[in-house]
Amino acid sequence: MTSAAPSELPYDPTAPLTPSGNLRRRLIVSRITQGMAVAAAFIAVAALAIVVFDVVKSGASVLSIDFLIKDPSQYGVGGGIRSTIIGSAIIVGLGAVIAVPIGVLIAIYMTEFARPGSRIAGLLRMGLDLLQGVPSIVIGIFILGLITEPRHQDTGFAGSVALAIIMLPLVARSAQEVLRLVPSPLREASDALGVDRWRSIITVVLPTGLGGIVTGSILAVARAAGETAPLLVNDSTAAPHLTFNPFGPMPNVPVQILTASEALNPAGFATAWGAALVLLVLILIANVGARFLLARSRRKLTG
Amino acid sequence: MLGPAAAPKSRLMKMLADRRATERSRGDQIMRALCLAAGLVAALVLFEIAYQVISGAQPAIAKFGLGFLVHTAWAPNFDRFGAAVMLYGTGVTSLIAMIIAVPLSIAIALYLAMLAPKSVRTIIGPLVEMLAAIPSVILGFWGLIFLAPFVHAHIEPFLYNTLGFLGIFGPPQTTGLSLFTAGLILTVMVVPIIASLSRDLFLTVPNDLKEGAEALGATQWEVIRGVVLPSTISGVAAATTLGLGRALGESIAVLSVVGTGATIQKSWFNTGNTLAARIAQDIQYPVNHLQVHAIFYLALILLVLGVATNLFARTIARRYDVSRTI
Repeated sequence: MTSAAPSELPYDPTAPLTPSGNLRRRLIVSRITQGMAVAAAFIAVAALAIVVFDVVKSGASVLSIDFLIKDPSQYGVGGGIRSTIIGSAIIVGLGAVIAVPIGVLIAIYMTEFARPGSRIAGLLRMGLDLLQGVPSIVIGIFILGLITEPRHQDTGFAGSVALAIIMLPLVARSAQEVLRLVPSPLREASDALGVDRWRSIITVVLPTGLGGIVTGSILAVARAAGETAPLLVNDSTAAPHLTFNPFGPMPNVPVQILTASEALNPAGFATAWGAALVLLVLILIANVGARFLLARSRRKLTG
Repeated sequence: MLGPAAAPKSRLMKMLADRRATERSRGDQIMRALCLAAGLVAALVLFEIAYQVISGAQPAIAKFGLGFLVHTAWAPNFDRFGAAVMLYGTGVTSLIAMIIAVPLSIAIALYLAMLAPKSVRTIIGPLVEMLAAIPSVILGFWGLIFLAPFVHAHIEPFLYNTLGFLGIFGPPQTTGLSLFTAGLILTVMVVPIIASLSRDLFLTVPNDLKEGAEALGATQWEVIRGVVLPSTISGVAAATTLGLGRALGESIAVLSVVGTGATIQKSWFNTGNTLAARIAQDIQYPVNHLQVHAIFYLALILLVLGVATNLFARTIARRYDVSRTI
């Protein structure tokens, strides 16, 4: 026989092209796992939506102009958030003033001065990683031993230092990532013009990466603004009156939320929800805004 | 002077480097010193943390020794302190969080890295990361008011009736404040960490490998199981370890929902306590000095756990990096 008749092929050419048997089973397994992945993403987004919805629902009724411009009452029940939100802003702002310059300088060392594979840079990176791994309550306890105990007094400043330690690795890491994106032809052009390294860092490298550094710092500030543990340890006994002195006890929002929520009293809950709503909205706005800016400055740098 | 043959290339390089060093301007030297000083500050802070916590814990270590880890009593008025209840609570809550969070996060990361269309990915990715932005005090308060009653009314009876024979899901308690609820709250906190790190890892898997598997007839799931997961498994393990570190150290959110129980119970639906929550609970109104030292001892345990998980994650991540470059 020289040519096979169609009927003698080892398979049936008229069979439909739909998967059958083993392939069918494998495709079903694949579809199921894909469905589970979609469900998982849905669960995470739903969790965010539920928490935000519940906070908005519970806090919206409390929110009013009065709530924003009145100080909290003595025992955390009733009253507003004027002094606490100003206190929080000062504590977090002071923390950022400490953390951002140090973090940016560390990032400059890692990207501009350290040679590739330098041991000091490796140790620094490890140190920052470890610092980020220290639980915030332990940082609070550290500041308790370092500042609060010797002074025998709660201070907003102690809280600032603790928050600065929490922000430092975040700022340093994000600044480092941005500086690494600054195109090296810019540095080389500056070198070729005979400009000193420090000058080109200040006038070329930093301005180019400024957007990214700022947004990274905003993200770190947003993270620190909600930190409660270090403030509970070091700055939780303030009177609810407005104060601008960070070297004394300072009322602040996270501790206010915690004490009001522990009051187990519906009026306390209302204050806590109102404060929680304001804090959450501020933090989410900072997050969304910073992410937006970060994506933009990254696009600008990478082209 | 030595001839050129006697001056090896490395010495020439050294001379050039020296020349560069001497020619570097004073401004450069100042800038470099400033940056190094900043790094030194970070290093100093790390050592100071260890020093303060250890020296604060010293009297408690001297009095209780390692027995502190196995004693269950925490009675400030009787000068009896032990961390066993808190160690158990920390372990159980973190275990619950990891059991739920690890598969969930990996599934989310797979969805974001491989399945979702780009437009969906750029929305859902940041939303998942946004979960990590919710302050722990708000999450804890939400857990106390909304999650705990829900767990008490629905999840506790269900798990007791279906899996009660395991012993860990005991009869429902009165409030819903429990190790289990604390574990759920921790889940919410660690999912964004593990998910975003894993997603970044999955995105690094070369397309050639994935397409090669597809060309051989692998289904999407087989590509994931056969190519993506095996080549990133150590990185995912590192991400998981970092998430675990976060779960072990969380204080405020856990404090709100764990119910601050004082005993070790078999059922996860009972109240308990964790190291971090106990510190936050007791540090405001300590009864005596010994209690403060005992709290520092707890902080020391937490510090060791935090550093250990971080170093472990770094070790496996580095191994991963090496395997990726080969």
